[in-house]
Amino acid sequence: MTDFIYELKQVHKKFVKGQESVEIFDGLDLGIKRGDFVSIMGPSGSGKTTLLNMLGGVDRPSSGALLFDGNPINDLNEGQLAKWRADHIGFIFQFYNLMPMLTAEKNVELPLLLKKLSPKKRKENVATALELVGLGERAKHRPNELSGGQQQRVAIARAIVSDPDVLLCDEPTGDLDRSTATDILENLQLLNKEFNKTIIMVTHDPVAAAYANTSLHLDKGVFVEKDVAA
Amino acid sequence: MNDFYLIRKNLTRNKLRMSLNLFAIFIAFFLFGALGSIKNAFDAGVDLAAADRLVVVNSISFTQTLPVAYANKIKSIEGVRKVTWANWFGGYYQDPKQMAMTFIVDPESYLDVYSELQLTDNEKNRWFNNRQGVVVGEQLAKNYGWEKGDRIPISSNIFSLHEGGHTWDVVIDGIFKGETEGVDTSYMLMHHKYFFETQAYPGEWLGWLTVTTADPELNETISRAIDQQFANSSAETETTTEAAFNKAFIEQVGDIGQIITLVVLAAFFSILMIVGNSMMLSVRERVKEIAVLKTLGFPSARVFIMVLAESLLLACVGGLLGSVFAEVMIGGLTQVPAITRIFPNLVITAETWMTAVFLMLLLGCLTGFFPALRALKLKTIDALSKG
Repeated sequence: MTDFIYELKQVHKKFVKGQESVEIFDGLDLGIKRGDFVSIMGPSGSGKTTLLNMLGGVDRPSSGALLFDGNPINDLNEGQLAKWRADHIGFIFQFYNLMPMLTAEKNVELPLLLKKLSPKKRKENVATALELVGLGERAKHRPNELSGGQQQRVAIARAIVSDPDVLLCDEPTGDLDRSTATDILENLQLLNKEFNKTIIMVTHDPVAAAYANTSLHLDKGVFVEKDVAA
Repeated sequence: MNDFYLIRKNLTRNKLRMSLNLFAIFIAFFLFGALGSIKNAFDAGVDLAAADRLVVVNSISFTQTLPVAYANKIKSIEGVRKVTWANWFGGYYQDPKQMAMTFIVDPESYLDVYSELQLTDNEKNRWFNNRQGVVVGEQLAKNYGWEKGDRIPISSNIFSLHEGGHTWDVVIDGIFKGETEGVDTSYMLMHHKYFFETQAYPGEWLGWLTVTTADPELNETISRAIDQQFANSSAETETTTEAAFNKAFIEQVGDIGQIITLVVLAAFFSILMIVGNSMMLSVRERVKEIAVLKTLGFPSARVFIMVLAESLLLACVGGLLGSVFAEVMIGGLTQVPAITRIFPNLVITAETWMTAVFLMLLLGCLTGFFPALRALKLKTIDALSKG
């Protein structure tokens, strides 16, 4: 097995807007090690979110190779990609994106609808995930009954409940105050250190980026800097 | 939790919208059931018409009479098996508002031709030998609480007695049932001898004849032969099948079937637009949630089915509520004598129920298809990048 969970080789990504074609990545190369906690920083329009989307299989490179565990994922069709995401990836969004009509526990249970688990096992997994983010007592609450920080922790629980290899976080603390953001980042750090989850986090916030082991700085589709924690 | 739980939660998230949609569908299916049963009541005569029965009327109008001698002349035409005849009496019981539909008939031949009217041999014999006797349909007897042996006054709004007055005293010799459930039993049959002996107009006549043929395939030939026989006479005839005669009779009121079909179609078309638009709006409001489902790994086809199922659930719940309410209401109406006198066969048939279920599924599919297609084709990345 390769050391890299992700490898990007000569990845090009082009957007066509009307008559205009915008090249986001022009031959990007990148390797992300299993169990790493990577932050990706950069100005708006630098390609951070596009990169995250490609890593999550919700967007595709225009050309080049995107390997996961040594296997190319850019050749998979929509259905295969959906299954791959369900098996390997957990998503955490800036605005939580919880289902407003479902309670916290039902939101967390959502990814498990894609797994063949008994109801009992499912319930156990949901309870564990909620306990892990410190929301065991809020299981029956709807999103509109929870604070922003609590909603984000529900989103983290939803991301980890199916035990994915990778957590992809898009500005996970962008909508939160500093103290709540610290809680969330500590949660992510715990998941990385204790449960060996590979975490890739896009952020504008240098304080958030400091929680990562590796910080990548992206500008106009090119990595201009790489910091690795000692 | 399962997919159905999600579908249910999505459907009930905006309770006001769901209630209004349900109400609209409820009304459409209630109308379908209720008007369908009225159409069935009108059509019952056509549906129950025997294939081998012809009806002979005066070619000017069926309100014009024919000579009694026509019965024997028709009987001698090749292919004719049985002949009977009847007159319209226009009866009511005690009050002109209390209609009691009555035909003046020749008892033996009438029961021979209309074999679906069930009487015991004892009842038949009593009636055949009692000129003052009548046999009453089960439904009519139930409406007025009549029983066998009762002596009742029956009045006519057309004919008079030669001694004056419009009311005939008759005795109920039997109460007939239908051979099958749909057979009309909301009328009575009066002995022609009693009527002609006592009524004020001179002579005897008949209103129409019913003829059974040896083979339904001969219907056309025999119809032609009957009409030819009386061509250029003072009372020319027009012969049609019983089904065609019943249909023409009903259509004097108007093409009930078409009127009802148009009303129901208009209701369904409106509902289709309302619910379709509402479902489209509902999906548009949650594109981001659909995108999140897809991001979590829900295949597009599964999301398509979930949105479609939402519409189907809405259509089926609203449709079933409307149909059940129609069934209950029609059931209640059949207990009201004033209604059953007008619509003796008021019932929501199994066929109407099956059509209703088919329409629920069709409505669900039509209103859900485009929103589901939108969900299917939704580009996750575009939806997630919005807001």
